[in-house]
Amino acid sequence: MSKVKVAILGSGNIGTDLMIKLGRSDILELTTVIGIDANSDGLRRAKELGYVAIDTGIDGFLEQAELADIVFDATSAKAHIHHAKALKAAGKKVIDMTPAAVGKLIVPPVNLKEHLEAENINLITCGGQATIPMVHAVNRVSPVAYAEIVATISSKSAGPGTRANIDEFTETTSRAIQEVGGAKKGKAIIILNPAEPPILMRDTVYTLVEEGTMKEEEIKASIADMEKTVQSYVPGYRLRTEPIIDGNQVTIFIEVEGAGDYLPKYSGNLDIMTAAGVKVAEEFARNLITQ
Amino acid sequence: MTERQKVLLTEVALRDGSHALSHQYTVQQVEKIAKGLNEAKVPYIEVAHGDGLAGSSLQYGRSKTNEFELIEAAVAVTDFSKVAVLLIPGIGTVKELKQAQQLGAKMARIATHVTEADVSAQHIYAAKELGMETVGFLMMSHMAEPEKIVEQAKLMESYGADIVYVVDSAGALLPNQVTTRIKAMKENIGVEIGFHAHNNLSLAMANTLAAIEAGATRIDGSVRCLGAGAGNTQTEVLVGVLDRMGIETGVDFYKMMDLAEDVVAPILPVPQEITKNSLVLGYAGVYSSFALHAQRAAEKFNLDARDILIELGNRKVVGGQEDMIVDVAAELAKVKTFV
Repeated sequence: MSKVKVAILGSGNIGTDLMIKLGRSDILELTTVIGIDANSDGLRRAKELGYVAIDTGIDGFLEQAELADIVFDATSAKAHIHHAKALKAAGKKVIDMTPAAVGKLIVPPVNLKEHLEAENINLITCGGQATIPMVHAVNRVSPVAYAEIVATISSKSAGPGTRANIDEFTETTSRAIQEVGGAKKGKAIIILNPAEPPILMRDTVYTLVEEGTMKEEEIKASIADMEKTVQSYVPGYRLRTEPIIDGNQVTIFIEVEGAGDYLPKYSGNLDIMTAAGVKVAEEFARNLITQ
Repeated sequence: MTERQKVLLTEVALRDGSHALSHQYTVQQVEKIAKGLNEAKVPYIEVAHGDGLAGSSLQYGRSKTNEFELIEAAVAVTDFSKVAVLLIPGIGTVKELKQAQQLGAKMARIATHVTEADVSAQHIYAAKELGMETVGFLMMSHMAEPEKIVEQAKLMESYGADIVYVVDSAGALLPNQVTTRIKAMKENIGVEIGFHAHNNLSLAMANTLAAIEAGATRIDGSVRCLGAGAGNTQTEVLVGVLDRMGIETGVDFYKMMDLAEDVVAPILPVPQEITKNSLVLGYAGVYSSFALHAQRAAEKFNLDARDILIELGNRKVVGGQEDMIVDVAAELAKVKTFV
């Protein structure tokens, strides 16, 4: 089967983890890694692995734009605004890993199929990727009036970008709980825990279903199904305990262990983002090939 | 004659005290208490959900009354006291801070876990831009050594905080630990230093006095001790004690006592005392607002709440992780069935 060519823009932690995951794909061919620092660990590794390593940023890539049809943007929300315009003009499909949220908000098992033609998709936040599948799992059985998620991540896995813009996390995730998860109202909370050794990412999802619509067994089955679906692309994703159902409230406890590709295993929050990114790109690629 | 030493008090019963009432304050109650505090000349009154702006949630407990109505009510009855709000980044955002400021809040207290001060930068900048007096609030200070606290306090100072607090959220600090923390801050940062105590080990007053002696000039108190866990340093008692020590607060001692006894005591569901669960919070170093949640989880899973709290302490759970309570309780219950 022919492969679709992809490039990674950004040679930091996320970009480098993507590089390792993409190396395993049987439908995506990573050709290029683009950075702005020739001495970065990411670009050095890219060269070692035989990829084209561009150290002159987006402009350098646009000079050889035939290198890729799909581009991952793993830079920053601010930089993405410019990248999005330039890549759109070049006719590239873009998977935005930053919290810029200019493109369509996507959680792969929920709404990817409807947006395979989108030019620019955004992966929301790590908390969104971990919890929105479960909001949807409840909502597809009983309408969710309110969903609230609490994401707890280890301090070590929260980079300077997340820390400087923590409001973006709460706001973008809340919006996506509604727009993608289907809840009438959404709320998101993030907590950093500095314990050593670092804790795995943990998420709690609280949902309130509309009065009189609770279908306990169906909801439990839907949650268990969704756990398996997410595990198909994030192997370390699991329920910590049985969901708790109390009146019209369903509480779901999740833990995400990273694959340990480039990033340590405790940073499941970063792993679920890169894994979701690869999943989206693979679906895009299947769609492009069949066209 | 030398001038009397001064400290400025912030009354937290309408914020931290909200935990003790499971966030059920009404506009009438807040009006009455804020009016009394204003008449007693308390400089600052903090009003918000117990977990700060936007804290109303399934995770922490839903507010009976929208906190912005409570802030508005407190602002309306105060002409001396300034209204303060608490904001924990990750829960509340700059959007809610702006809304509170527009309603008349004059002080912003931005709270982070003691090692995570850098998440407060955007909120401290925003509060300063809004013209608010701004406090950096380092929670769970028992979990960090003095050098670490100084490093984090300096970050908040660099973002523009006017005051930085050492916050003993778990009521776990001992007086000598308060002294070393405040002294280290005093030697290394330029802004005013504050202290917020919890009475879980019956040390709120002793710790507060240690803090003042070491150089703290901003102190939190709660009338009738109304706060999470065993509550905070009891304001009316503190006013009397400081007066005896020759330290000026400007607060009317008689009016504070009357407010405590005649207005606040009747609205308490149970008197605020050091229950065994509160005591274990301080002993295990667990966030004070976990007490009531642990009690509910213990009933649900047929466990002793103290075992849940001790286990949470072992796992180094931080403020805001209330979801861990049910999770740990479910785990303990499972182990119990196997035994």
